[in-house]
Amino acid sequence: MPDLLDAPLLDIRGLTKNFHVASAKNGNNVLCALDRIDLHVNRGETLGLVGESGCGKSTLARTLLMLERPDAGTFRFDGIDPFSLKGKALLAWRRRVQMVFQDPFASLNARMTAGEIIAEPWMTHRDLFPTAAARAERVRELLILVGLRPSDAGKSPQEFSGGQRQRIGIARALALGPDIIVLDEPVSALDLSVQAQVLNLLNELQQRLGVAYIFISHDLSVVRHVADRVAVMYLGRIIETGTAEQVFERPRHPYTAALMSASPRLDAVEGRRQRIVLKGEMPSPLDPPSGCRFRTRCWKATEICATTAPAPTAPTGEPEHLAECHHPVQRGEDSGLLARAS
Amino acid sequence: MTTDTRPSSAAPLPTEDEVVLEVSGLDVDIRTPKGTLRAVNDVSFTALSGRTIALLGESGCGKSMTAKAIAGLLDPVASVTGGEVNLSGTDLAALTPRQRLKFAGPELGIVFQDALTALNPVYTVGTQLGEAFRIHRGLSAKAAKAKAIELMGHVGIPQPETRVDSYPHQFSGGMRQRILIAMAVALSPRLLIADEPTTALDVTVQAQIMDLLRDLRTESHMAIVLITHDLALVAEEADTVAVMYAGNVIEKGPVAAVFSEPHHPYTKGLLDSVPVGAERGDDLTSIPGSPPELHDIPRGCVYQSRCPLASELCRTTRPALQATGEGREVACHFWKELAVA
Repeated sequence: MPDLLDAPLLDIRGLTKNFHVASAKNGNNVLCALDRIDLHVNRGETLGLVGESGCGKSTLARTLLMLERPDAGTFRFDGIDPFSLKGKALLAWRRRVQMVFQDPFASLNARMTAGEIIAEPWMTHRDLFPTAAARAERVRELLILVGLRPSDAGKSPQEFSGGQRQRIGIARALALGPDIIVLDEPVSALDLSVQAQVLNLLNELQQRLGVAYIFISHDLSVVRHVADRVAVMYLGRIIETGTAEQVFERPRHPYTAALMSASPRLDAVEGRRQRIVLKGEMPSPLDPPSGCRFRTRCWKATEICATTAPAPTAPTGEPEHLAECHHPVQRGEDSGLLARAS
Repeated sequence: MTTDTRPSSAAPLPTEDEVVLEVSGLDVDIRTPKGTLRAVNDVSFTALSGRTIALLGESGCGKSMTAKAIAGLLDPVASVTGGEVNLSGTDLAALTPRQRLKFAGPELGIVFQDALTALNPVYTVGTQLGEAFRIHRGLSAKAAKAKAIELMGHVGIPQPETRVDSYPHQFSGGMRQRILIAMAVALSPRLLIADEPTTALDVTVQAQIMDLLRDLRTESHMAIVLITHDLALVAEEADTVAVMYAGNVIEKGPVAAVFSEPHHPYTKGLLDSVPVGAERGDDLTSIPGSPPELHDIPRGCVYQSRCPLASELCRTTRPALQATGEGREVACHFWKELAVA
């Protein structure tokens, strides 16, 4: 990936993660969850990570949080390889990457108060707010920051609605002052009217605190609204990446085009549109197709796709808009008609 | 994608736009230790053959409870306390559970959100698919299995002859949903209730499943009641929509008209909350607050606490659904003001 931007906050190259599974299928017991991932995140920006279940999004998120150790590749966070850290240095690093989970009902301990939940990270990172008074004051500030009342600190999670619970989860993630927050489907469990409130809060916090987000979601309209840049994953690889505008307005990989086409659209009532409906399902990661991984479902696949894995290429004038495809979708191409011939 | 092996049906195909289901004034109460709660209040709508009507709303609005009441699948603590559910001339709400059994399958099919819990893990899918034919048509186990294979091919499951002996966990989420749909349409029902049929699925699989439902609807002219929280799915798939809030239908009408010019402030608020066309960094319009709890539904209008147009009248008097022309209805005192605003 061409390095046009100064020192990204997070820069990973060739990141690979294999899992060894017991049941051998076709004599293969290695599941390649992440296959030579290149990715960077700049300070204060939002990277949208898009893909269907089983594509490796969650493994990538877990690796970024150091919950998985990669098998290969380089991992640089602000110039440091966190996997080389130990002891106090590692503990200090962990403050800088935090996470917000999908389910605000399962991710908050029902036997703790909101205040205790937000303060819990400081039980591990004791030097941040050593006195009870300092912790109480910071909990107060965080509650106000995420749009709750200071008096809410004494309530238990059951007393809050889904949207309010997600605010508590966000306050907990902010408690250690991270540089980057991994948001794993943060609004998909929320009702639409509440979802907009939480998205607005995330946007406001980013502008005030300069925190970077990795926003994992299957909802393309949400990603489009929040992301500066987008990475699309399929079977353990990032098959297309670029600015949100490039990827959404001019998708180059057929899978990206199909994903966008398959998402229902509110303006569809004007007339039923032609959709790209992909054949079949994502192949098993235990037995990925040869060559291009998407070829078994692709309407543009030819001989070369089965024999040669496509290298990432960018169109002239847009060097950061990379896609791994031998036959990228051209502007104005009527992909709908092509796809229907299944 | 699908092979042309329509299951043979005894009844002639209904034509389009016949009234299949008419729900009128449906009330569902839930008994709780805190007292009786009204989960569905005075809900009325009509499902026409060959058409899809969507029940749209957020969690807890009563849309699934309405579906369960129609299908007779309410939890023991909930019961229908008023209204009629008229399916092809019979009031289902007045039947005993035993009498209802005759309707489940030949007249009414239902598809649930979570196919893994809806299917029985200890029987093969062939056994479960064939059940309808054994019970309602009196077919032998062997003949029922042949029917199951035919159905599996019909809903686009590859190699049905070998897959018929597999168990539910051996299928992917999308394939399980196809099996559930196959079970629901096995006896060519006149009405199909689809309760969040694609919510657990990825978008590319969702597109496949919605295509399948549309193909089946076209073939047999069944009426579909689509229960969902997804505005865009309603825009793509439904002909008419009934928007529910806190147990009440607050707006009803053709999807295109309702979505392009909503008459109820809640419908407008929902549509404005969708992040479509909003620029990166723009604030989305959101609805303040959250829906009322069932034990805390206000007198007057159910939406008053979140409504920008609420006035004294809304606090004292609950607006009834009133016709506003072009087949539309709205329950709002100030719908004309909303059009101006």
